[in-house]
Amino acid sequence: MKVSIFVTCLADTLFPDVGRATVTVLERLGCEVDFPTAQTCCGQMHMNTGYARPAGEMVRSFAETFAGAEAVVVPSGSCTGMLRVYGQDVAPGVHLPPVYELSEFLIDVLGVTDVGAKFDASVTYHPTCHSLRLLGVGDRPYRLLEAVEGLELKELPEAEQCCGFGGTFALKNAEVSSAMGEDKIDNALSTGAEVLVVSDSSCMMHLGGLLGRRKSSVRSMHLAEILAAGD
Amino acid sequence: MASTQPKLQPKPGVAFLGMPAFTEAAHIALGDDQLRRNLGRATHTIRDKRKRVVGELDDWQDLRTAAAAIKDRTLADLDRHLEQFEAAATAAGATVHWAADADEAVRISLEIVRAHRATDVIKVKSMATQEVGLNEAFAEQGIRAWETDLAELIVQLGGDTPSHFLVPAIHRNREEIRQIFIDEMGSVGRPAPDDLTDEPRRLAEAARLHLREKFLDTSIGFSGANFAIAETGTLVVLESEGNGRMCLTLPDVLVSMVGIEKLLPTFSDLEVLMQVLPRSSTAERMNPYTTMWTGVTEGDGPQEMHVILLDNGRTRALADNTGRQALRCIRCSACLNVCPVYERVGGHAYGSVYPGPIGAILNPLLHGVSDEHDAALPYASSLCGACFEACPVKIDIPSVLIEQRAEVVEERAESGRPNAESLAMRVAAWTFADHRRLERAQKLAGKTGPVARHVRRLPGLLGGWTASRDLPPIPQESFHEWWRRTRGEQR
Repeated sequence: MKVSIFVTCLADTLFPDVGRATVTVLERLGCEVDFPTAQTCCGQMHMNTGYARPAGEMVRSFAETFAGAEAVVVPSGSCTGMLRVYGQDVAPGVHLPPVYELSEFLIDVLGVTDVGAKFDASVTYHPTCHSLRLLGVGDRPYRLLEAVEGLELKELPEAEQCCGFGGTFALKNAEVSSAMGEDKIDNALSTGAEVLVVSDSSCMMHLGGLLGRRKSSVRSMHLAEILAAGD
Repeated sequence: MASTQPKLQPKPGVAFLGMPAFTEAAHIALGDDQLRRNLGRATHTIRDKRKRVVGELDDWQDLRTAAAAIKDRTLADLDRHLEQFEAAATAAGATVHWAADADEAVRISLEIVRAHRATDVIKVKSMATQEVGLNEAFAEQGIRAWETDLAELIVQLGGDTPSHFLVPAIHRNREEIRQIFIDEMGSVGRPAPDDLTDEPRRLAEAARLHLREKFLDTSIGFSGANFAIAETGTLVVLESEGNGRMCLTLPDVLVSMVGIEKLLPTFSDLEVLMQVLPRSSTAERMNPYTTMWTGVTEGDGPQEMHVILLDNGRTRALADNTGRQALRCIRCSACLNVCPVYERVGGHAYGSVYPGPIGAILNPLLHGVSDEHDAALPYASSLCGACFEACPVKIDIPSVLIEQRAEVVEERAESGRPNAESLAMRVAAWTFADHRRLERAQKLAGKTGPVARHVRRLPGLLGGWTASRDLPPIPQESFHEWWRRTRGEQR
């Protein structure tokens, strides 16, 4: 199957390993992966900060860049949600190709839960808010993780509570954002897991930043990186 | 408890007086350890209980859809339903008053009290009377308004303001409540017993004895209403303690202040709303006391009945295409209990009688965003969507917040003041408009990587990030560069 990836501006710039991992997983499962180089951003930051017009322009530019794509795969629940749920609001009448968050694509389109990954560590998973509530991905990420060879999945207390990133919320209300993140980290550490897995680079940047400041030995990783491991 | 910690202590009033805007208020609230413990415990308890009772119903999602549809149908034709209510209530012996704003609602209330030469009134817990600042306005005129809801009594005796719709004293623990009763009850009525402990049973008994005198001595009662039925002119109050039943039946005169969005077209609409409200608010299948009354019944209950229909910004909200859905709100407080921001900062930080996620959208809808307090509220959210998921009338709070942020941006642009955010957003939009610009920016960032690794503190707005979080290491090679290097130009 031919698949186009939308790597997201954040992963593109700061977490290219997430993009590379996404390519690895998709190619391992026999997909022909394409990366349209004209891609930039989905417009979410602008929309959520109150700048709907530039956000609309970005959605239209996305539609143009990915026109005719059979399936667009995104390693981010919130960017997928932006395009799928809010795309028409900021860019009325725009014609978008089918856009899938990574776990949705693997399970719903490819029909795969065991992606052939091997990862020898204990992990806990934070279900990011937009994957959970905007997209309703449900237990898909857990099913993918449970099928990874060598991986031990530990249950995260208060899993469905927001990590506190929230885009520009992390800057405008930095203290509340950090307080939420610290509680998330405390819950993650209480599981004894070695890795905190998330499915959004933005939440990963926030939680990773908090873990780093604490000099914690626990790492934050993207779901795609776990699923790509073992090659 | 570290008594050196600053606390948020808003003075009672329409908008809590002397309160800083959200971000600064949140800073103070976050430093109050006792507050955070009280809030964390209370919200988690209610949240878990709500989840259980909601989970019992197979048709919960259908009930939410039906409840939202009933409220939308009412709002779409509100003028007609209001006139129908007025006619039915008047025919049943009530006097209906119309109040365009808080001042008018207060003036009407004062006239009624003065006509009876009363000095005291008793109150059922009511958001509308708090919204217009009724108690404070009465106090200025020498009229004493006694709150009879247990938590409102705690708040009133403590010289405090409510921080939650349903549990107004959620920020207080039992020991604090015991102290307030001992210190304050005696000066306004029957004192608390000397040997009062912080057992809930003992605290409730002290309140009961204190309040019983008020119920028997006061001839005017004030209430709000959870619902007002247009077809019959009936008012409905749901409560848990029975104090409401006392206030609604014992006085000679009853005055009910009702927001115009409380209307329901028909009595049978209650069937849906009475299922969703108790479950969403107190996490009960059914609330202990439901009182319904229609005008005056000779020889039974108050013999003079007034209804004050309150607008106070509601028609402004009704005119807002996206925001209008906020008028579906039945004040259950489920959104407060599930909100991760509310849980950490409490209700006072929102600076309004309407706190939490619904307050964050309702205040700007009722007043606009020209005031700095109202303009800060749309940003008091990480847009996690937990509120929308819990809302029994399906108010899409995140979408309304996003729309209101756009209003704030517009308002700021019109004022012509330059600001760092709009500049940054413009630069970002320019960069994202063409992938070549983005790639150039990435290359530049990659070169700063080795230096950025040592940055612990950034200036300005970005300093909010580095105050508590490390920056991610900036990679030498972006994904774009990696793709070009390894795959070349495929298209």
